[in-house]
Amino acid sequence: MTLLKLFWSFFQIGLFSIGGGYAAMPLIQEQVVDLHPWLTMTQFADIMTIAEMTPGPIAINSATFVGIQVAGLPGALVATAGCVFPSCVIVMTLAFVYYRFRGLTVVQGVLAGLRPAVIAMIASAGLSLLILSVYGQRSLPADLTGINYISVFLFLAGLFFLRKWKLNPIWVMAGAGALGILLYSIF
Amino acid sequence: MKQAKGKYRTLFLSTLQLSACTFGGGFVIIPLMRRKFVEQLHWIDEQEMLDLTAIAQSSPGAIAVNASILVGYHAAGISGALVTVLGTVLPPLVIISVISLFYQAFRDNVFVSMAMNGMLAGVAAVICDVVITMIQGVLKSKRVLPVLVMIGSFMAVRFFNVNIILIILVCGILGALQTDRRGKEAA
Repeated sequence: MTLLKLFWSFFQIGLFSIGGGYAAMPLIQEQVVDLHPWLTMTQFADIMTIAEMTPGPIAINSATFVGIQVAGLPGALVATAGCVFPSCVIVMTLAFVYYRFRGLTVVQGVLAGLRPAVIAMIASAGLSLLILSVYGQRSLPADLTGINYISVFLFLAGLFFLRKWKLNPIWVMAGAGALGILLYSIF
Repeated sequence: MKQAKGKYRTLFLSTLQLSACTFGGGFVIIPLMRRKFVEQLHWIDEQEMLDLTAIAQSSPGAIAVNASILVGYHAAGISGALVTVLGTVLPPLVIISVISLFYQAFRDNVFVSMAMNGMLAGVAAVICDVVITMIQGVLKSKRVLPVLVMIGSFMAVRFFNVNIILIILVCGILGALQTDRRGKEAA
């Protein structure tokens, strides 16, 4: 039953994360934190962090992680299969159509319509992670003064390097991790 | 027969290697695939690679998985696609499985916890950077509808807890109708 639930959840994540990369993030959060009691928000933030540091798509990384936490290795295999299955069917169908007809304006139209919505959802999920990082909890607390200044500093510094010098995200992550150890040890 | 076997092996090893080297997932894999399959192996021509990229992007699921399905399908049909999916999924599956085995011990370590806290701020910065770049892209198009869709989706997901899949369906339909209308205007 759990395996079936895992498959179905990640099937939906695979089916509805359009635009790749971070587009899967809000869907994963909804499925594994909000709808099912599989991960806490902190564990979700951990897997996003791990996914950023390890190779491979975010959706596959979190499918494996959630699957193992919930039902061991079979869980990981089932969740990954669920995540990849919709892609296999849809992409192969589109490839078939492409080699038959070449050019797909309706698909491009749907994509154009989706892009702003996907951006909005990534922004919202990113905001949740930022709030967790700064306040240590998922939603904004009533008292806004309990700020983690180290997190704010690391966030702003990271953003500065990314915007100003187009630094590779890997270096921002590594730097934030190293500085995190240093600053939390001192303060 | 021998030649076909060699083809499958090349497909499997190429995608395995590409997937193992793609950090952060997403679009990074496209230029790497181009170098491998267009420039080195000459299996796909330049224009076709662009079209395949568009299909990989506009289809649901991880871009890396979609792109490898297309390359595999192009080279050796459905069985080729299955081989490349396996090659793409295997590295993250193995790496994350190993990490989650040690996750609890890993997370309880004080220094790891400090580094994870620091890196969470780093992830928030990376996502913020991506979102800013994407919003700039939407604003640059100087069209009102995408901006409205973006603001509307953000409010819907952030303040009204609307189901993400519902938002995706509505915006996809909106996009399809939009191309339909523009197509008629052009005609």
